[in-house]
Amino acid sequence: MVDLVNLFIKAVFVENLALSFFLGMCTFLAVSKKISTAIGLGAAVVAVQTLTVPLNNLIYQFLLKDGALAWAGLPEVDLSFLGLISYIGVIAASVQILEMALDKFVPALYNALGIFLPLITVNCAILGGSLFMVERDYNFAESVTYGLGSGVGWALAITALAGVREKLKYSDVPDGLQGLGITFITAGLMALGFMAFSGIQL
Amino acid sequence: MAEESPKKVLLDPLLDNNPIALQILGICSALAVTSSLLTSLIMCLALTSVVACSNASISMIRNQIPSSIRIIVQMTIIASLVIVVDQVLKAYAFEVSKKLSVFVGLIITNCIVMGRAEAFAMKNPPGVAFLDGLGNGLGYSLILIVVGTVRELFGSGSLLGYQILPLATEGGWYQPNGLLLLPPSAFFIIGIFIWILRSRKTEQVEHPDYQIHEVHRSEAA
Repeated sequence: MVDLVNLFIKAVFVENLALSFFLGMCTFLAVSKKISTAIGLGAAVVAVQTLTVPLNNLIYQFLLKDGALAWAGLPEVDLSFLGLISYIGVIAASVQILEMALDKFVPALYNALGIFLPLITVNCAILGGSLFMVERDYNFAESVTYGLGSGVGWALAITALAGVREKLKYSDVPDGLQGLGITFITAGLMALGFMAFSGIQL
Repeated sequence: MAEESPKKVLLDPLLDNNPIALQILGICSALAVTSSLLTSLIMCLALTSVVACSNASISMIRNQIPSSIRIIVQMTIIASLVIVVDQVLKAYAFEVSKKLSVFVGLIITNCIVMGRAEAFAMKNPPGVAFLDGLGNGLGYSLILIVVGTVRELFGSGSLLGYQILPLATEGGWYQPNGLLLLPPSAFFIIGIFIWILRSRKTEQVEHPDYQIHEVHRSEAA
Protein backbone atom coordinates (compact mmCIF):
# COMPACT_ATOMS: atom_id res chain seq x y z
CA MET A 1 0.00 0.00 0.00
CA VAL A 2 2.79 2.38 0.97
CA ASP A 3 4.44 1.61 -2.35
CA LEU A 4 1.33 2.67 -4.21
CA VAL A 5 1.04 5.93 -2.28
CA ASN A 6 4.68 6.63 -3.07
CA LEU A 7 4.14 5.85 -6.73
CA PHE A 8 1.17 8.21 -6.79
CA ILE A 9 3.12 11.09 -5.25
CA LYS A 10 6.02 10.38 -7.57
CA ALA A 11 3.74 10.42 -10.63
CA VAL A 12 2.11 13.70 -9.59
CA PHE A 13 5.16 15.73 -8.58
CA VAL A 14 8.55 14.15 -9.26
CA GLU A 15 7.75 12.72 -12.68
CA ASN A 16 5.12 15.21 -13.72
CA LEU A 17 4.19 14.32 -17.30
CA ALA A 18 3.85 17.91 -18.46
CA LEU A 19 6.73 19.59 -16.69
CA SER A 20 9.42 16.93 -16.47
CA PHE A 21 8.69 14.84 -19.55
CA PHE A 22 7.03 17.53 -21.67
CA LEU A 23 4.17 15.35 -22.80
CA GLY A 24 0.90 16.80 -23.98
CA MET A 25 2.66 20.10 -24.64
CA CYS A 26 0.58 21.07 -27.66
CA THR A 27 -2.67 21.17 -25.74
CA PHE A 28 -0.79 22.33 -22.64
CA LEU A 29 0.26 25.52 -24.41
CA ALA A 30 -2.76 25.97 -26.66
CA VAL A 31 -5.66 25.41 -24.23
CA SER A 32 -4.29 27.16 -21.14
CA LYS A 33 -5.70 30.63 -21.66
CA LYS A 34 -8.49 30.35 -19.09
CA ILE A 35 -8.55 28.57 -15.74
CA SER A 36 -12.05 27.14 -16.25
CA THR A 37 -11.24 25.46 -19.57
CA ALA A 38 -7.93 24.24 -18.16
CA ILE A 39 -9.74 22.55 -15.27
CA GLY A 40 -12.22 20.95 -17.69
CA LEU A 41 -9.46 19.58 -19.88
CA GLY A 42 -7.50 18.46 -16.81
CA ALA A 43 -10.50 16.50 -15.51
CA ALA A 44 -10.96 14.85 -18.90
CA VAL A 45 -7.29 13.85 -18.98
CA VAL A 46 -7.51 12.36 -15.46
CA ALA A 47 -10.57 10.32 -16.48
CA VAL A 48 -9.09 9.02 -19.73
CA GLN A 49 -5.67 8.35 -18.24
CA THR A 50 -7.12 6.34 -15.31
CA LEU A 51 -9.10 4.29 -17.80
CA THR A 52 -6.56 3.66 -20.56
CA VAL A 53 -3.35 2.95 -18.64
CA PRO A 54 -4.82 -0.07 -16.77
CA LEU A 55 -6.58 -1.26 -19.95
CA ASN A 56 -3.35 -1.13 -21.92
CA ASN A 57 -1.62 -2.81 -19.00
CA LEU A 58 -4.02 -5.78 -19.30
CA ILE A 59 -3.46 -5.94 -23.05
CA TYR A 60 0.29 -5.83 -22.61
CA GLN A 61 0.35 -8.45 -19.84
CA PHE A 62 -1.97 -10.95 -21.47
CA LEU A 63 -1.55 -10.47 -25.22
CA LEU A 64 1.58 -8.64 -26.29
CA LYS A 65 4.41 -9.29 -23.87
CA ASP A 66 7.10 -11.83 -24.75
CA GLY A 67 5.57 -15.17 -23.79
CA ALA A 68 2.29 -13.60 -22.73
CA LEU A 69 0.29 -15.87 -25.00
CA ALA A 70 1.32 -18.94 -23.00
CA TRP A 71 -2.26 -19.26 -21.76
CA ALA A 72 -3.35 -19.81 -25.36
CA GLY A 73 -0.71 -22.46 -25.92
CA LEU A 74 1.66 -20.17 -27.83
CA PRO A 75 4.54 -19.50 -25.41
CA GLU A 76 7.02 -18.49 -28.13
CA VAL A 77 5.01 -15.69 -29.66
CA ASP A 78 6.24 -12.14 -29.02
CA LEU A 79 3.80 -9.55 -30.26
CA SER A 80 5.35 -6.55 -28.52
CA PHE A 81 5.99 -4.84 -31.88
CA LEU A 82 2.22 -4.47 -32.21
CA GLY A 83 2.21 -2.41 -29.01
CA LEU A 84 1.99 1.08 -30.47
CA ILE A 85 -0.93 0.35 -32.75
CA SER A 86 -2.88 -1.50 -30.03
CA TYR A 87 -2.39 1.22 -27.43
CA ILE A 88 -3.53 3.98 -29.73
CA GLY A 89 -6.49 1.85 -30.77
CA VAL A 90 -7.46 1.30 -27.14
CA ILE A 91 -7.11 5.00 -26.44
CA ALA A 92 -9.20 6.07 -29.43
CA ALA A 93 -11.87 3.50 -28.62
CA SER A 94 -12.09 4.28 -24.91
CA VAL A 95 -12.30 8.00 -25.58
CA GLN A 96 -15.18 7.30 -27.94
CA ILE A 97 -16.92 5.02 -25.42
CA LEU A 98 -16.36 7.45 -22.56
CA GLU A 99 -17.87 10.18 -24.71
CA MET A 100 -21.00 8.12 -25.46
CA ALA A 101 -21.35 6.93 -21.86
CA LEU A 102 -21.06 10.47 -20.50
CA ASP A 103 -23.57 11.73 -23.05
CA LYS A 104 -26.06 9.08 -21.94
CA PHE A 105 -25.61 9.04 -18.17
CA VAL A 106 -24.07 12.36 -17.10
CA PRO A 107 -25.11 14.94 -19.68
CA ALA A 108 -24.01 17.83 -17.46
CA LEU A 109 -20.45 16.55 -17.32
CA TYR A 110 -20.60 15.71 -21.03
CA ASN A 111 -21.48 19.30 -21.86
CA ALA A 112 -18.64 20.57 -19.70
CA LEU A 113 -16.03 18.20 -21.15
CA GLY A 114 -17.59 17.65 -24.57
CA ILE A 115 -15.25 19.58 -26.81
CA PHE A 116 -12.12 18.37 -25.04
CA LEU A 117 -12.70 14.64 -25.26
CA PRO A 118 -11.87 14.15 -28.97
CA LEU A 119 -8.76 16.31 -28.50
CA ILE A 120 -7.48 13.87 -25.93
CA THR A 121 -6.99 11.02 -28.40
CA VAL A 122 -4.04 12.88 -29.87
CA ASN A 123 -2.72 14.13 -26.55
CA CYS A 124 0.74 12.66 -26.16
CA ALA A 125 0.39 12.56 -22.37
CA ILE A 126 -2.14 9.74 -22.71
CA LEU A 127 -0.09 7.58 -25.07
CA GLY A 128 3.05 8.55 -23.16
CA GLY A 129 1.51 7.29 -19.91
CA SER A 130 0.81 3.91 -21.49
CA LEU A 131 4.30 3.69 -23.00
CA PHE A 132 5.96 4.53 -19.68
CA MET A 133 3.80 1.89 -18.02
CA VAL A 134 5.11 -0.69 -20.48
CA GLU A 135 8.71 0.49 -20.25
CA ARG A 136 8.66 0.26 -16.44
CA ASP A 137 6.74 -3.01 -16.41
CA TYR A 138 4.08 -1.98 -13.87
CA ASN A 139 1.64 -4.58 -12.57
CA PHE A 140 -2.10 -3.94 -12.63
CA ALA A 141 -2.43 -2.15 -9.25
CA GLU A 142 0.58 0.02 -10.05
CA SER A 143 -0.79 0.89 -13.46
CA VAL A 144 -4.08 2.11 -11.95
CA THR A 145 -2.15 4.27 -9.49
CA TYR A 146 0.22 5.52 -12.15
CA GLY A 147 -2.64 6.37 -14.52
CA LEU A 148 -4.47 8.34 -11.85
CA GLY A 149 -1.31 10.03 -10.55
CA SER A 150 0.05 11.08 -13.93
CA GLY A 151 -3.38 12.41 -14.94
CA VAL A 152 -3.66 14.45 -11.75
CA GLY A 153 -0.13 15.76 -12.24
CA TRP A 154 -0.90 16.91 -15.77
CA ALA A 155 -4.17 18.54 -14.67
CA LEU A 156 -2.34 20.33 -11.86
CA ALA A 157 0.29 21.66 -14.24
CA ILE A 158 -2.15 22.97 -16.86
CA THR A 159 -4.31 24.64 -14.19
CA ALA A 160 -1.26 26.33 -12.70
CA LEU A 161 -0.11 27.54 -16.12
CA ALA A 162 -3.59 28.87 -16.90
CA GLY A 163 -3.51 30.78 -13.59
CA VAL A 164 -0.20 32.37 -14.50
CA ARG A 165 -1.40 33.24 -18.00
CA GLU A 166 -4.57 34.90 -16.70
CA LYS A 167 -2.41 37.25 -14.66
CA LEU A 168 0.00 37.68 -17.54
CA LYS A 169 -2.69 39.41 -19.61
CA TYR A 170 -2.08 42.54 -17.58
CA SER A 171 1.63 42.75 -18.23
CA ASP A 172 3.44 44.56 -20.98
CA VAL A 173 5.13 41.85 -23.04
CA PRO A 174 7.44 42.71 -25.97
CA ASP A 175 5.67 42.34 -29.32
CA GLY A 176 7.66 39.39 -30.62
CA LEU A 177 7.11 37.42 -27.42
CA GLN A 178 3.39 38.11 -27.25
CA GLY A 179 1.28 34.94 -26.94
CA LEU A 180 3.24 31.79 -27.68
CA GLY A 181 6.72 33.12 -26.92
CA ILE A 182 6.02 34.26 -23.39
CA THR A 183 4.03 31.08 -22.71
CA PHE A 184 7.10 29.03 -23.54
CA ILE A 185 9.21 31.04 -21.16
CA THR A 186 6.59 30.83 -18.40
CA ALA A 187 6.36 27.06 -18.85
CA GLY A 188 10.16 26.89 -18.72
CA LEU A 189 10.22 28.71 -15.40
CA MET A 190 7.50 26.40 -14.06
CA ALA A 191 9.50 23.38 -15.19
CA LEU A 192 12.53 24.77 -13.31
CA GLY A 193 10.32 25.06 -10.24
CA PHE A 194 9.16 21.47 -10.59
CA MET A 195 12.77 20.33 -10.85
CA ALA A 196 13.01 21.06 -7.15
CA PHE A 197 11.09 17.82 -6.63
CA SER A 198 13.50 15.82 -8.74
CA GLY A 199 15.91 14.84 -5.98
CA ILE A 200 13.19 13.46 -3.75
CA GLN A 201 13.43 9.74 -3.08
CA LEU A 202 10.33 8.11 -1.68
CA MET B 1 -4.74 25.57 -51.75
CA ALA B 2 -4.63 23.29 -54.78
CA GLU B 3 -2.97 25.86 -57.05
CA GLU B 4 0.03 26.47 -54.82
CA SER B 5 3.33 25.77 -56.51
CA PRO B 6 5.28 22.73 -55.29
CA LYS B 7 8.18 24.94 -54.25
CA LYS B 8 5.98 27.07 -52.05
CA VAL B 9 4.39 23.99 -50.49
CA LEU B 10 7.85 22.66 -49.69
CA LEU B 11 9.47 25.84 -48.39
CA ASP B 12 6.60 27.65 -46.73
CA PRO B 13 6.67 25.63 -43.50
CA LEU B 14 10.36 26.39 -42.93
CA LEU B 15 10.02 29.97 -41.69
CA ASP B 16 6.76 31.52 -42.85
CA ASN B 17 4.46 28.87 -41.44
CA ASN B 18 6.69 26.90 -39.13
CA PRO B 19 4.84 24.04 -37.43
CA ILE B 20 6.45 24.62 -34.03
CA ALA B 21 6.86 28.37 -33.90
CA LEU B 22 3.54 29.35 -35.44
CA GLN B 23 1.10 26.46 -35.58
CA ILE B 24 1.94 25.19 -32.02
CA LEU B 25 2.21 21.63 -33.28
CA GLY B 26 4.60 18.87 -32.25
CA ILE B 27 6.20 20.59 -29.32
CA CYS B 28 6.50 17.67 -26.90
CA SER B 29 9.26 15.86 -28.67
CA ALA B 30 11.00 19.11 -29.63
CA LEU B 31 11.60 19.76 -25.94
CA ALA B 32 12.47 16.30 -24.75
CA VAL B 33 14.96 14.95 -27.27
CA THR B 34 17.13 17.98 -27.94
CA SER B 35 19.75 17.61 -25.20
CA SER B 36 22.23 16.38 -27.80
CA LEU B 37 22.52 16.96 -31.52
CA LEU B 38 22.64 13.29 -32.48
CA THR B 39 19.30 12.40 -30.88
CA SER B 40 17.76 15.51 -32.42
CA LEU B 41 18.98 14.52 -35.89
CA ILE B 42 17.64 10.97 -35.59
CA MET B 43 14.34 12.29 -34.32
CA CYS B 44 14.11 14.74 -37.26
CA LEU B 45 14.82 11.97 -39.70
CA ALA B 46 12.21 9.71 -38.11
CA LEU B 47 9.53 12.39 -37.99
CA THR B 48 10.18 13.75 -41.48
CA SER B 49 9.96 10.30 -43.06
CA VAL B 50 6.79 9.46 -41.13
CA VAL B 51 5.01 12.71 -41.96
CA ALA B 52 5.98 12.62 -45.65
CA CYS B 53 4.97 8.98 -46.12
CA SER B 54 1.78 9.27 -44.10
CA ASN B 55 0.75 12.37 -46.04
CA ALA B 56 1.36 10.58 -49.34
CA SER B 57 -0.46 7.39 -48.37
CA ILE B 58 -3.42 9.14 -46.77
CA SER B 59 -3.73 11.37 -49.81
CA MET B 60 -3.72 8.31 -52.10
CA ILE B 61 -6.79 6.85 -50.42
CA ARG B 62 -8.42 10.16 -49.54
CA ASN B 63 -11.41 9.58 -51.81
CA GLN B 64 -12.09 6.16 -50.34
CA ILE B 65 -12.05 7.14 -46.66
CA PRO B 66 -15.56 7.74 -45.26
CA SER B 67 -15.34 10.96 -43.32
CA SER B 68 -16.94 9.52 -40.17
CA ILE B 69 -14.08 7.11 -39.53
CA ARG B 70 -11.26 9.09 -41.10
CA ILE B 71 -9.45 9.76 -37.81
CA ILE B 72 -9.10 6.10 -37.00
CA VAL B 73 -7.97 5.30 -40.55
CA GLN B 74 -5.33 8.04 -40.38
CA MET B 75 -4.27 6.79 -36.96
CA THR B 76 -3.80 3.26 -38.25
CA ILE B 77 -1.68 4.38 -41.20
CA ILE B 78 0.46 6.62 -39.01
CA ALA B 79 0.86 3.99 -36.30
CA SER B 80 1.97 1.38 -38.85
CA LEU B 81 4.58 3.76 -40.27
CA VAL B 82 5.85 4.58 -36.78
CA ILE B 83 6.17 0.88 -35.96
CA VAL B 84 8.33 0.46 -39.08
CA VAL B 85 10.54 3.41 -38.06
CA ASP B 86 10.76 2.10 -34.49
CA GLN B 87 11.83 -1.36 -35.63
CA VAL B 88 14.40 0.07 -38.05
CA LEU B 89 15.89 2.22 -35.30
CA LYS B 90 15.99 -0.73 -32.91
CA ALA B 91 17.77 -2.79 -35.55
CA TYR B 92 20.35 -0.30 -36.79
CA ALA B 93 20.75 2.35 -34.06
CA PHE B 94 19.97 0.57 -30.83
CA GLU B 95 21.86 2.99 -28.56
CA VAL B 96 20.01 6.03 -29.89
CA SER B 97 16.67 4.26 -29.84
CA LYS B 98 17.23 3.49 -26.13
CA LYS B 99 17.91 7.18 -25.52
CA LEU B 100 14.82 8.29 -27.41
CA SER B 101 12.82 5.73 -25.37
CA VAL B 102 9.11 6.49 -25.68
CA PHE B 103 9.50 9.48 -27.95
CA VAL B 104 9.68 7.47 -31.18
CA GLY B 105 6.33 5.91 -30.28
CA LEU B 106 5.00 9.32 -29.49
CA ILE B 107 5.42 10.37 -33.14
CA ILE B 108 1.96 8.78 -33.53
CA THR B 109 0.41 11.48 -31.41
CA ASN B 110 2.71 14.18 -32.71
CA CYS B 111 0.21 16.77 -33.79
CA ILE B 112 2.23 17.70 -36.89
CA VAL B 113 1.51 14.31 -38.45
CA MET B 114 -2.20 14.31 -37.62
CA GLY B 115 -2.54 17.99 -38.38
CA ARG B 116 -1.01 17.75 -41.83
CA ALA B 117 -2.99 14.60 -42.64
CA GLU B 118 -6.22 16.30 -41.69
CA ALA B 119 -5.51 19.75 -43.09
CA PHE B 120 -3.59 18.98 -46.26
CA ALA B 121 -3.44 15.33 -47.30
CA MET B 122 -7.22 14.88 -47.26
CA LYS B 123 -7.65 17.59 -49.88
CA ASN B 124 -4.62 17.28 -52.17
CA PRO B 125 -3.10 14.74 -54.59
CA PRO B 126 -0.29 12.47 -53.30
CA GLY B 127 2.66 14.26 -54.94
CA VAL B 128 1.93 17.65 -53.41
CA ALA B 129 0.95 16.05 -50.12
CA PHE B 130 4.31 14.30 -49.97
CA LEU B 131 6.10 17.63 -50.50
CA ASP B 132 3.94 19.27 -47.85
CA GLY B 133 4.85 16.52 -45.42
CA LEU B 134 8.51 16.88 -46.30
CA GLY B 135 8.34 20.66 -45.85
CA ASN B 136 6.69 20.44 -42.47
CA GLY B 137 9.12 17.76 -41.39
CA LEU B 138 11.98 20.06 -42.38
CA GLY B 139 10.42 23.00 -40.57
CA TYR B 140 10.26 20.86 -37.44
CA SER B 141 13.82 19.66 -38.05
CA LEU B 142 15.09 23.23 -38.39
CA ILE B 143 13.98 24.10 -34.87
CA LEU B 144 15.14 20.80 -33.41
CA ILE B 145 18.58 21.17 -34.98
CA VAL B 146 18.96 24.76 -33.77
CA VAL B 147 17.90 23.83 -30.24
CA GLY B 148 20.00 20.66 -30.25
CA THR B 149 23.09 22.51 -31.47
CA VAL B 150 22.78 25.29 -28.91
CA ARG B 151 22.16 22.87 -26.06
CA GLU B 152 24.98 20.48 -26.88
CA LEU B 153 27.53 23.13 -27.87
CA PHE B 154 27.07 25.38 -24.85
CA GLY B 155 25.91 22.72 -22.44
CA SER B 156 28.76 20.28 -22.83
CA GLY B 157 31.09 22.02 -25.30
CA SER B 158 30.78 19.35 -27.96
CA LEU B 159 28.90 18.62 -31.18
CA LEU B 160 27.88 15.07 -32.14
CA GLY B 161 30.15 13.89 -29.33
CA TYR B 162 33.29 15.70 -30.63
CA GLN B 163 34.79 18.25 -28.25
CA ILE B 164 34.61 21.73 -29.84
CA LEU B 165 35.09 24.03 -26.88
CA PRO B 166 37.81 22.81 -24.49
CA LEU B 167 36.24 22.45 -21.03
CA ALA B 168 37.62 24.25 -18.00
CA THR B 169 37.59 21.00 -16.03
CA GLU B 170 39.98 19.47 -18.57
CA GLY B 171 42.40 22.38 -18.78
CA GLY B 172 40.57 24.40 -21.45
CA TRP B 173 38.83 27.76 -21.07
CA TYR B 174 35.15 26.99 -21.52
CA GLN B 175 32.97 26.70 -18.42
CA PRO B 176 30.01 24.57 -19.53
CA ASN B 177 26.59 25.97 -18.82
CA GLY B 178 24.85 23.18 -16.94
CA LEU B 179 21.43 24.81 -17.24
CA LEU B 180 21.38 24.02 -20.95
CA LEU B 181 21.54 20.30 -20.26
CA LEU B 182 18.46 20.50 -18.06
CA PRO B 183 15.15 19.99 -19.83
CA PRO B 184 13.62 23.44 -19.06
CA SER B 185 16.29 25.21 -21.12
CA ALA B 186 14.60 23.95 -24.29
CA PHE B 187 11.60 26.10 -23.40
CA PHE B 188 13.78 29.20 -23.17
CA ILE B 189 15.62 28.48 -26.42
CA ILE B 190 12.42 27.91 -28.38
CA GLY B 191 10.89 31.01 -26.75
CA ILE B 192 13.87 33.10 -27.86
CA PHE B 193 13.80 31.50 -31.33
CA ILE B 194 10.16 32.54 -31.68
CA TRP B 195 11.05 36.03 -30.50
CA ILE B 196 13.80 36.40 -33.13
CA LEU B 197 11.60 34.91 -35.87
CA ARG B 198 8.69 37.20 -35.06
CA SER B 199 10.87 40.28 -34.80
CA ARG B 200 11.91 39.66 -38.40
CA LYS B 201 8.50 38.55 -39.67
CA THR B 202 6.25 40.99 -37.87
CA GLU B 203 3.06 39.67 -39.47
CA GLN B 204 3.36 36.62 -37.18
CA VAL B 205 3.08 38.70 -34.00
CA GLU B 206 0.03 37.79 -31.92
CA HIS B 207 -2.06 40.60 -30.62
CA PRO B 208 -2.91 40.74 -26.92
CA ASP B 209 -6.53 40.52 -25.77
CA TYR B 210 -6.16 43.72 -23.84
CA GLN B 211 -4.19 46.80 -24.79
CA ILE B 212 -3.16 48.50 -21.59
CA HIS B 213 -0.46 50.83 -22.77
CA GLU B 214 -2.35 52.21 -25.75
CA VAL B 215 -1.42 55.82 -25.09
CA HIS B 216 2.13 55.09 -24.14
CA ARG B 217 2.69 53.01 -27.28
CA SER B 218 1.25 55.56 -29.66
CA GLU B 219 3.44 58.22 -28.12
CA ALA B 220 6.46 56.04 -28.54
CA ALA B 221 5.56 55.42 -32.17
